[in-house]
Amino acid sequence: MSGARMSALATLRGQIERIETAEVVHQRDRVALGHGEVDSALKGGLARAAIHEVFCEGRQGAAATGFVMGVAGRVTARRPLLWVRQDFSELEAGALSMSGLAELGLDPRRVVMVRAADVESALRTSADALACDALGAVVLELWGETRQFDLVASRKLTLAAQGSGVTGLLLRMAAQPLPSTAETRWMLRAAHSPPGSMWSAWGAPRFDAELLRNRHGPCGRWIMEWKCDECQFSESSAYPQPVAAAPAHRADPAVPWQRRTA
Amino acid sequence: MIHALDDAASRLGLHIGQPLANARAMCPDLRVFDADVVADAKTLSDIADWCDRFTPLVALDPPHGLFLDITGCAHLFGGEAALLQTLVRALGRQGFAVSAAIAGTSVCARTLTRQVTGTIVADGGEAEAISRLPVSALGASEAITTGLRRAGLKTIGDVASRSAHEITARFGARFSTLLAHALGQGDAPINPRKPLPDYIVEKRFAEPIATDTMIAMTLSRLADTLIASMEKQGKGARRLEAAFFRTDGVVRAIMVETGRPVTRSAVIDRLFRERLDALADPLDPGFGFDMVRLSASRTEIVVQEQRDLDAHVHDNDELAALIDRIAARIGGKRVVVHLPQDTHIPECAVIAAPAQHHLAAAMQAEWPARVESEPPLRPLRLFDKPEPIKVPFATVPDGPPHQFTWRRALHAVVRVEGPERIAMEWWRQDGKQFTRDYFRIEDAEGLRFWIFRDGLYEGEVFDDDGKPVPPGWYVHGLFA
Repeated sequence: MSGARMSALATLRGQIERIETAEVVHQRDRVALGHGEVDSALKGGLARAAIHEVFCEGRQGAAATGFVMGVAGRVTARRPLLWVRQDFSELEAGALSMSGLAELGLDPRRVVMVRAADVESALRTSADALACDALGAVVLELWGETRQFDLVASRKLTLAAQGSGVTGLLLRMAAQPLPSTAETRWMLRAAHSPPGSMWSAWGAPRFDAELLRNRHGPCGRWIMEWKCDECQFSESSAYPQPVAAAPAHRADPAVPWQRRTA
Repeated sequence: MIHALDDAASRLGLHIGQPLANARAMCPDLRVFDADVVADAKTLSDIADWCDRFTPLVALDPPHGLFLDITGCAHLFGGEAALLQTLVRALGRQGFAVSAAIAGTSVCARTLTRQVTGTIVADGGEAEAISRLPVSALGASEAITTGLRRAGLKTIGDVASRSAHEITARFGARFSTLLAHALGQGDAPINPRKPLPDYIVEKRFAEPIATDTMIAMTLSRLADTLIASMEKQGKGARRLEAAFFRTDGVVRAIMVETGRPVTRSAVIDRLFRERLDALADPLDPGFGFDMVRLSASRTEIVVQEQRDLDAHVHDNDELAALIDRIAARIGGKRVVVHLPQDTHIPECAVIAAPAQHHLAAAMQAEWPARVESEPPLRPLRLFDKPEPIKVPFATVPDGPPHQFTWRRALHAVVRVEGPERIAMEWWRQDGKQFTRDYFRIEDAEGLRFWIFRDGLYEGEVFDDDGKPVPPGWYVHGLFA
């Protein structure tokens, strides 16, 4: 083998190594989700410039959508979000509702939706979009098992994401996990609202999130709650019980300095 | 009935409109084909496509005529005579019998083609050129032509020699206008098939091109020229059309649209590459293209703005470019942004609009604010059409169900919040729509639904006899 070819091969090997080494990924910035245990398992938060997969059963589609939307809201940081979906998934799981998005505390103005007819054009569009660094995140929503989304396609997406720094989120409804180059892989289910009296406000999005695969840390299973007002995830908490108001004629003992200044 | 006939048949004395049986009696070995008006129209339109290579202003003159406005185009083909000859020969080679003429007004030219071919009339010579032609060449209605002949006016010159008010009194104002136009006094406007593009650049090839690389190279050179000519006037293209003229006469036009005016040829190049890549029926060069034309059919003035180092502006440009690229490949209607609407009806509260045209509007849209410290009141996934569910019984007539069947699975209701009553908009609806009572529901598994009862209980839904019918239940959305 000639010297030139040898050096070319060496360069290529070097490139592949750089792409695949853990250090590079560790240096990338991470976005804390807000849930303490999850963030510590993720070593500080979800990595940007990587692909994250979210799987769910068919009927749990809405829960997985909520989780992906929350993660996207954390990751995008006021940049536009491109949501690529396949026509079929809208029939099965319903269309993404922008009113619902606004109710989650997220901004529908920054969502651009691509209605791809089939998996191939959806994949190609998302690979294109992941290479565009003006975006905050790209969500690819697919329904069911697909032949087209194999290891090669997954690697393409990962490379595009690493090159541009855009985060890719894959929402796979009614699908089984297959080998891929994703940074993390989640299995989502809806979680019950916490027990409480019937008249207390219930219905905040709660997820039973299972981290099936984590390239750089442990896996686990947590109940995560999305706080619509703060726009972040949190530990599952019972709703605060109504407390009697402090009497108006006496100073509140919790604020002793009030008396001093008065 | 005879619909059309060729020269040989008309020499035998047959005429259009004659019953077929009579024609057969006159000429037993007549060859007859069924008339196909639709196919004729299609052929005429195909020929018009082909004629686009001479001028962008081609108008149809059914059933078998075409107007070409060659004002300012003739010199490109070596003068009017050469242009006429090229056109007649090329069409003749394809097996069409052509009669063509050039004149100062469209009506005059049409009158000439009905009798002689190859005439070129200089400005002012219209009256003289057509004076010897029979009145039938004017193409007026049958009654008028017969009337003129009965009045002893055999040629157009005869008619023209009468004073205009006599003609108008006898045959109507329309005919007198037609006559005036034919004589070169005023002109009827032609109605071109396509609007005139703002900018056109084209490239002709002595040797037809067929390979993808050549096509791509040609397009990018044309884009350079187009951009250069638009730049002089400070314009940018919003809609671009590339037309590929095949040697065998087939013309294929491909269009791309952009969200904001394009001023760089590299962008045009890339958009067309995406579009050509994604064509359902790829560009078929056949024996090659002998001409490629690039035209900007919609342009806008480009506002030259001073770009600061604000990354936000840059990001918006990048996003618009990405949207253009995706739209070029999969279609502009498939890339959408969302605009809020002023209505309470859930399925109408948001409309999706093409992102290319509405990106700026969507970025500034005012969305209704959510209520602080409330759980989401609207579902994250909404079905376009609410899906019917089976509710076995409801203990309270107006209340929520205790269990329901949706998509063949039974869901036991654990928590309920509601009802939220949404009345339909009586000032807008056409048919009868019922008031809906929406409930937020959580089932035993933790899935959260948004269901509604379509119609008030025993208040709105009646059968044909006027008896109340229990209203139906539907799932409209799913909460996260």
